[in-house]
Amino acid sequence: MAKKQHDTPNLDQLESGPWPSFVTGIKRLAKTNDMAVDLLGQLETSYQTKKGYWKGGTVGVFGYGGGIIPRFTELKNDKGEAVYPDAAEFHTLRVQPPAGMHYNTDVLRKMSDIWEKHGSGLIAFHGQSGDIMFQGATTANVQPAFDELNELGFDLGGAGPAVRTSMSCVGAARCENSCYDEGTAHRTVLNNFLDDMHRPSLPYKFKFKFSGCPNDCMNSIQRADMAVIGTWRDNIRTDEKMAKQWFAKHGMDELVNDVVARCPTKTLQLKQIKNLKQGKDISSVAINDTHAIEIDNKDCVRCMHCINVMSGALATGVDKGASILVGGKRTLKIGDLFGTVVVPFMKLETEEDMEKLVDLGQRTIDFFAENALEHERTGEMIERIGLVNFLEAMEIEVDANMVAHPRTNPYVRTDGWDDEVAKINAKKQAGMGA
Amino acid sequence: MAQTALRRPVESGVPDNKQYLHPKFIKNYGNWKYHDRPRPGVLHHVSHTGDEVWSVRAGTQRQMDVYTIRKLCDIADKFAEGFVRFTIRSNIEFMVSTAAQVAPLITELEKNGFPVGGTGNSISMISHTQGWLHCDIPGTDASGVVKSLMDDLINDFKTEEMPNRVHLSTSCCEINCGGQADLAIIVQHTKPPKINHEMVANVCERPAVVARCPVAAIRPAMVNGKPSLEIDESKCMCCGACYPPCPPMQINDPEFSKLAIWVGGKNSNARGKPTFMKMVASGLPNNPPRWTEVGVVVKNILSVYKADGKPWERMSDWIERIGWPQFFEKTGLPFTKYLIDDWRGSRASLNQSTHIRF
Repeated sequence: MAKKQHDTPNLDQLESGPWPSFVTGIKRLAKTNDMAVDLLGQLETSYQTKKGYWKGGTVGVFGYGGGIIPRFTELKNDKGEAVYPDAAEFHTLRVQPPAGMHYNTDVLRKMSDIWEKHGSGLIAFHGQSGDIMFQGATTANVQPAFDELNELGFDLGGAGPAVRTSMSCVGAARCENSCYDEGTAHRTVLNNFLDDMHRPSLPYKFKFKFSGCPNDCMNSIQRADMAVIGTWRDNIRTDEKMAKQWFAKHGMDELVNDVVARCPTKTLQLKQIKNLKQGKDISSVAINDTHAIEIDNKDCVRCMHCINVMSGALATGVDKGASILVGGKRTLKIGDLFGTVVVPFMKLETEEDMEKLVDLGQRTIDFFAENALEHERTGEMIERIGLVNFLEAMEIEVDANMVAHPRTNPYVRTDGWDDEVAKINAKKQAGMGA
Repeated sequence: MAQTALRRPVESGVPDNKQYLHPKFIKNYGNWKYHDRPRPGVLHHVSHTGDEVWSVRAGTQRQMDVYTIRKLCDIADKFAEGFVRFTIRSNIEFMVSTAAQVAPLITELEKNGFPVGGTGNSISMISHTQGWLHCDIPGTDASGVVKSLMDDLINDFKTEEMPNRVHLSTSCCEINCGGQADLAIIVQHTKPPKINHEMVANVCERPAVVARCPVAAIRPAMVNGKPSLEIDESKCMCCGACYPPCPPMQINDPEFSKLAIWVGGKNSNARGKPTFMKMVASGLPNNPPRWTEVGVVVKNILSVYKADGKPWERMSDWIERIGWPQFFEKTGLPFTKYLIDDWRGSRASLNQSTHIRF
């Protein structure tokens, strides 16, 4: 039995209603756990005063410099004592999830047992960076809790100016749109940067995220310093039986308004079968006896829309890989930045391919560590120095896929123009000779 | 006191997920052909070999007590096959090998208070953060806001009646950990930080704080004979960037920290390119425990979008079609001068054309 629960008139109002209640959950813990009792006390105070009462500090585990989020209460009485002493220390362990956030019940039960023994019993699946967050341990219990989780095969994630915990989509395990082995890429890349994760010493955070197709279910383009987004180079595949089934079910209005009209480059067209184009870049599939869909893949930007609507009837190509975008982040300090293309396409099939991805990550992080200002994200650094300087340092050739359009102002010194043209021509010659 | 040797960590990093994959996932890894949704909350995937797997998706409170986790495990063991996964929006998915297992699993989940849904063109669970429960800089709570909103939005979680999928997020400060979404709720401070000059010299690395300010409004100063910082309040736009590195620059205020609503963020490349969300309302009060005023605005925007959006239009696609004047007209939200951007690159957000809908 735990100590008596505090009155929580505000939090009590979050127990009604149909959605699962975190308050009810913490109250269940508070029957046997004094930390949960006092957590509710402090949280109720926040609900009454509209103020937060946690401050950071320095708590860690032996051998690592990061991965624990320390929290000490600031809610003190006149004598400087914690008003809710059993939640005076309420630290979180950030723990890296398996790629795709797959679990079996055995491992979830073991995690629960460990956290019931050493912590508050409150676990978040998952934090916004992807960590399993074991919330609420005293300073003394952080180490034993970590030791047991570590023995279970789990490791701390990132915090502070470090490589951060990563996320990958369900991917090849269940999704027909998967364009590379997201789980292997996620694990291979991150496990090469554990030193930069566990011992924070970068200018600021660095995040990798892995999405298997341009639907980007991991929201990598808006959040990741390096986004690995699956795509393909060859033609959209088609399945006539499924295309006809789809049309029989959905009809002409939906085909025209929801598929044809929503193709962003208008490369998907509805045609009479007798008028279909032929050619190596054309995908076409009959939807009934007279009409077919035609896609000129040269004009397709791999947006995924038609494939999303007509799952199975249309599918990604088979020459698959990923586009790499660098520099995504949210507001502070200079404003929102999307990741932008630095590698339009790379294969991610062999171990050698994965090593190339790791190498790209390594060179990016090395450059970031050397050149970013304190608390500057990769995208902000590139904004400051210009993409071309970044590419030259990374020894990546410029590519027209990297821009939405060429520059619209003349403010550039172009006296190296002829040399650049000569280099490009020499490369073309060499390419043709090979 | 006897000191035992500290255990060195096994620097194992990301665990191998193969040990946690449903057997059908391992067997058909990278070989899936298509999927459909037999009903809201259920995904049915079919592989090129003809293998099938059904995934049943249910909402959780994200911050889960171990009893909730064990209950979910009991359901997974008894009504599914012992394998689960979590989505990016903290929904849990149970995988089963036969269609016959789906209905009993759904019944059991609903019976235990876990709503089944969140697939396809539904409103999915809200991406959120820690708030007062655990964060050191929050302007509001996260879990409570989410609980309140999801109580109201649950019918659109459990059905697929929206024009397209709807992603929501909440964030307790302008760092926006909740992230880009079709609709986001974010704290918007309206007054400059209140500085505790007694504390600054002891707690803050002053040059770092000065450097953190996006508008160069902070400068070092001696106050009452102590090294501190001062703010040019005519420059300050109240973003709160100085508060995390310098807690004595208190930005949170029970009255003046308001909530803003943003719409139209989209990370997918489907149809148009990805988009950032735009602020469409602000000045909403931070009123726990149920944030009623925020809920009214959110539900209004979502209901207008639901009624007016065409199939497959995300929030951003819908607004692109109808235009911003109609967005404000249809939602009844006031278009104020504060919604016209003046940050760097803002000219690109102005109407540089005569494209005007009358």
